[in-house]
Amino acid sequence: MEEVKDKIVSIEKPELIAPPEWKPVIVGILCNWCSYAGSDLTGTSRTQYPPNIRIIRVPCSSRVDPWFIIKALQTTADGVLISGCHPGDCHYISGNYYARRRFLVTKELLKMVGFHEHRVQFSWVSAAEGAKFAQVVKKVTEDVVKLGPLHLYKKENFSK
Amino acid sequence: MARVGVFVCFCGANIADFVDVPTVVEEAKKIREVKFAVDYKYMCSDPGQQMIRDAIVQYRLTSIVVAACSPRMHEKTFRKALSDAGMNPYLLEVANIREHSSWVHQKDKKAATDKAGDLVRMAVAKSIANEQLHEISVPVTKRALVIGGGIAGIQAALDIADARIPVTLVERSPSIGGRMAQLDETFPTLDCSQCILTPKMVDVASHPFIELIPYSEVIELDGYVGNYKAKIRKKASYVNFKSCTGCGACWQKCPVKVPNEYNMGIDTRKAIYTPFPQAVPNKPVIDAKHCTMLLKGKCGICAKFCEKGAIDFKMTDEVIEREIGAVVVATGYDLWDATPYEEYGVGRYKDIINSLEFERMVSANGPTGGLPVRPSDGKVPKTVVFIKCVGSRDKAKGIEFCSKICCMYTAKHAILLHHKVHDSRAYIFYMDIRAAGKGYEEFVNRAQVETGAVYLRGRVSKIYQKGEKLMVRGEDGQLGQEVEVEADLVVLATAIIPDKENPALARLLGISYDKYGYLSEAHPKLRPVETAKAGIFLAGCTQAPKDIPETVAQASACAAKVCGLFAGDTIKKDPMVSTVNKDFCSGCQNCVKVCPYQAIVTEDIPLGHGAKEMRTVAKINEGVCQGCGSCVAICRSMAINLAGFTDPQIINEIVAI
Ligand SMILES: Cc1cc2nc3c(=O)[nH]c(=O)nc-3n(C[C@H](O)[C@H](O)[C@H](O)COP(=O)(O)OP(=O)(O)OC[C@H]3O[C@@H](n4cnc5c(N)ncnc54)[C@H](O)[C@@H]3O)c2cc1C
Ligand code: SF4
Ligand code: SF4
Ligand code: FES
Repeated sequence: MEEVKDKIVSIEKPELIAPPEWKPVIVGILCNWCSYAGSDLTGTSRTQYPPNIRIIRVPCSSRVDPWFIIKALQTTADGVLISGCHPGDCHYISGNYYARRRFLVTKELLKMVGFHEHRVQFSWVSAAEGAKFAQVVKKVTEDVVKLGPLHLYKKENFSK
Repeated sequence: MARVGVFVCFCGANIADFVDVPTVVEEAKKIREVKFAVDYKYMCSDPGQQMIRDAIVQYRLTSIVVAACSPRMHEKTFRKALSDAGMNPYLLEVANIREHSSWVHQKDKKAATDKAGDLVRMAVAKSIANEQLHEISVPVTKRALVIGGGIAGIQAALDIADARIPVTLVERSPSIGGRMAQLDETFPTLDCSQCILTPKMVDVASHPFIELIPYSEVIELDGYVGNYKAKIRKKASYVNFKSCTGCGACWQKCPVKVPNEYNMGIDTRKAIYTPFPQAVPNKPVIDAKHCTMLLKGKCGICAKFCEKGAIDFKMTDEVIEREIGAVVVATGYDLWDATPYEEYGVGRYKDIINSLEFERMVSANGPTGGLPVRPSDGKVPKTVVFIKCVGSRDKAKGIEFCSKICCMYTAKHAILLHHKVHDSRAYIFYMDIRAAGKGYEEFVNRAQVETGAVYLRGRVSKIYQKGEKLMVRGEDGQLGQEVEVEADLVVLATAIIPDKENPALARLLGISYDKYGYLSEAHPKLRPVETAKAGIFLAGCTQAPKDIPETVAQASACAAKVCGLFAGDTIKKDPMVSTVNKDFCSGCQNCVKVCPYQAIVTEDIPLGHGAKEMRTVAKINEGVCQGCGSCVAICRSMAINLAGFTDPQIINEIVAI
C-alpha cells in the first residue's frame, strides 16, 4: 500500500496559471475552545496575517465532517485549514484524536483523487498561541498561492 | 422567506479605522434575505441593543446578524437583546469582523473590508438555517457525594451539610482524617494538627446532614450533572458497628502484628485495629489480608473477648447505591518513593527516613513518644540533615513540578526538632526557599533564628555510611565549595504525588488527569475547582500539592459550587446538544463508542409502524451531551445533528463565501 501511495502524484495541472486578479480563498474550520480562541488572541495582539482565510467556528475539531472539506473544495475554497486543540487538551477530552484520524484518511483520499496535499492542512493551535495561528495561516496561504486556483472538481467546471 | 437584520459595529475606531463599515452595510443590503442593515458606534451599548430590539419588531425579522467583536465576547449580550424583543435568542449569529478582520489586516483596508463582507454573508447564510432553541432544564437530586475524607473532604462535606444539603462521604480507610491526622504541629502557626482537626471529624460523624460511609470506595458512577447514580462498595469490616462500643478488647488481644500505616510503618498494629485513638468512626475493622481466622480459619480470639458479640467473620462486602447531584473528589496525596535516589542509599541505610515518618516520630501520640530516633539503634539524633526537593523539580527522576509545601514543613521540622532535642542542630540542603504565603517568610526566618538551623544552598551528591554516622556530601552554593555533614539522621522531603488509584478513579468518574495522576481542573485560572465534567469538583491535594489553608479554601469553594448548583430545582443547560433522527439511524452504534461522555445509549423501537419486530437505534441523553459533535461526524447515516452547528448551518457558511 505504501508503494502505491507514493506513486500517486497530483493531477492538478500547474500550467493553469492564475489570473492576475486571483486571490485564494482559504476556509478555516476552528474548534471553539482552542484554535478559535487562539485566533481571537491573534486579533487582540494585533498580529497581522494574510486576509484570505474565512473562519468557521465549530465546537470541536471532531465536529468536522470530511464532507465539509470536500464541499469547500468543490465550491468556494482553494484550500482548507482544520485546527483544533493540542493532543490531550481537547475540551471534550478526546475529540481531537478522532478528528486527527478522520483528517488523515480524508487527506489520503483527496490525494488519491488528485488534490495536492497542501490544499488541506491540519494544525494544533491552543488558546494561547495567537502568534502560532498567524504563522499557520501564513504558511497555508503561501502554499495555496503556489498551487494556484483550484479548478479540480469545481462545480462550475461540471455545469459548463 | 427569511428576513434577516444585519447590525455592523464600529467598535469606536477598533473596527471602523480598518474596515469600511458603510460598505459592509451596503454589501449586506444586496443579499436577498437581508431586510434591514445598519451600522452603529457601539453595538453592545444600550442604544445599540435598542436598535436591534426595535428593528426586530419593525421589520419582522426572523434572524439577526451582528457584525462586531468575537462571539466569545458578546454573543450572550446580543442573545439577551433578542430575548428582550421577544425573539428566540438562538436566532442570532455573530460575524467576528474585529478579531478576525480589522485587527489582523490593518495594512489593507480593502481586503479587510472584503473579508468583513464575506464574514457577514456567511453569518447571514448560517442564520437562515438557525432554529429556535430552548434552554434545557434538568431536574437535580440534592445530595452531594464527597470522595475522600481528608481535611479537604471533611471541610467540603461540612460546608455543604451546613447549607442543609445531604452529603454522602465515602472514605477508603477505616477512619476519616487523612494525612492531617498524622501531622504534629502545623505551619505557619504551630498549632497542633489533631487539636484543630478532631473537632471537625466529630462534627462530620454527628452532623444530621452527613452520611459517613468509611472503609468503602466508589465503584461506579452513571448519569450526568444533577442526576448521578453512584455505586459504593463497603468493604466488610467483620465488626458489627451497631453493637460495637469501641472498647478495644478485641485488638488488645489479637496476636497478629502488621506494620502500622498510620505511623508510617514505624511500629505495628494488630490485624483487628482502629487506625488511631481519635479515629472517626471509632470502631475497629479486621484487615482481611492479615487476619488468620479469615485466611486459615484459625484463631477467633477477638470474637471470644468481644462482650458484645460484634465480631462477624461471615460479613461480606456490600454495595450501596446513592442518587446524587454533584461529586466532590478529595482523594489527597501520597509521598513519592525515593528509591531511585541510589546515590543517597535510600533503602540501604536505615537512618534515612521521609518527612511523614519524621512527622510521626515528633508527634506526641507517635510511635516513639514524641522524640525523633534513629531507626537503626533507637538513639536520639543530635545532627539531623534535611534534604528538600527529593524527586521534586528533578526532571531526570521524572517529576518536574515543585511540591510546594516542603519548604514550609521542613522549616517546621527544624523548629520541632529544636523543641524536642534542645542540643540538636538541623542542616537543611535546599535549592530555593519558597515561602510565599501569609506569615510564611516570617516562619522560615523564625526557624533560622530560633533554632540555628544551617541552610545550605545546594544539591546533595552522595550519602555514605561511616561508622554510626551518615556522611552527607553536597555543595554549598554560597561558599562555592563542597561540604560534608556528619549526620545521625537524614530526613528526605520527597515529592508530593497523587494517590496511585487516581487514574482509575478518574476513568470511572469520566474526568481527566495529568501525566502525574493529578486530577485536571476545567481551567487552570478561571475554573480551578471544577472539572470538565459538569457537576464534578476537585478539592485538596488530588488536584495539585497544597498546604492545609489552601486545601480548606478549595474545599469551601467546592461547597459553594455545589450549593449554587443545587440552588434551584432544575439546572439550566445550553441547548446546543445532539439529537438522533431515528428514521435514519442504522443502529451501527459508532456514535456510542465515540461519545466522550457516554451520553449515547441504545433503545429498541418497532421496525416499522405497528410492526412486531424491533430494531436498535441510538438515543442521546440531552442532559449528558456536552455538544462536541463527535457523534455527528462519525455517523454514516447522517442521522445525528448538533443544534447550533447543524450540517445545513455549516454548509451554508461554506458555500456563502
Ligand atoms: C510531612 C508533611 C508535613 C505537612 N505539614 C503541614 C503543615 O504543617 N501545615 C499545612 O498547612 N500543611 C502541611 N502539610 C500538607 C497537608 O498534609 C495537606 O495539605 C493536607 O493533608 C491535604 O489534605 P487532603 O484532604 O487534600 O488529602 P489527604 O489528607 O491525603 O486526604 C485524602 C483522603 O482521601 C482518602 N482517599 C484516597 N483515595 C480514595 C478513594 N479512591 N476513595 C475514597 N477515599 C479515598 C484517603 O484515605 C484520605 O483519607 C504537610 C504535608 C506533609 C507531607
Ligand atoms: S459589540 Fe464588540 S465590537 Fe461592538 S462595540 Fe461592543 S465591544 Fe466593540
Ligand atoms: S455531541 Fe458529543 S457529547 Fe453530545 S452526544 Fe455527540 S459525542 Fe456525545
Ligand atoms: S475542543 Fe478543540 S479540538 Fe476538541
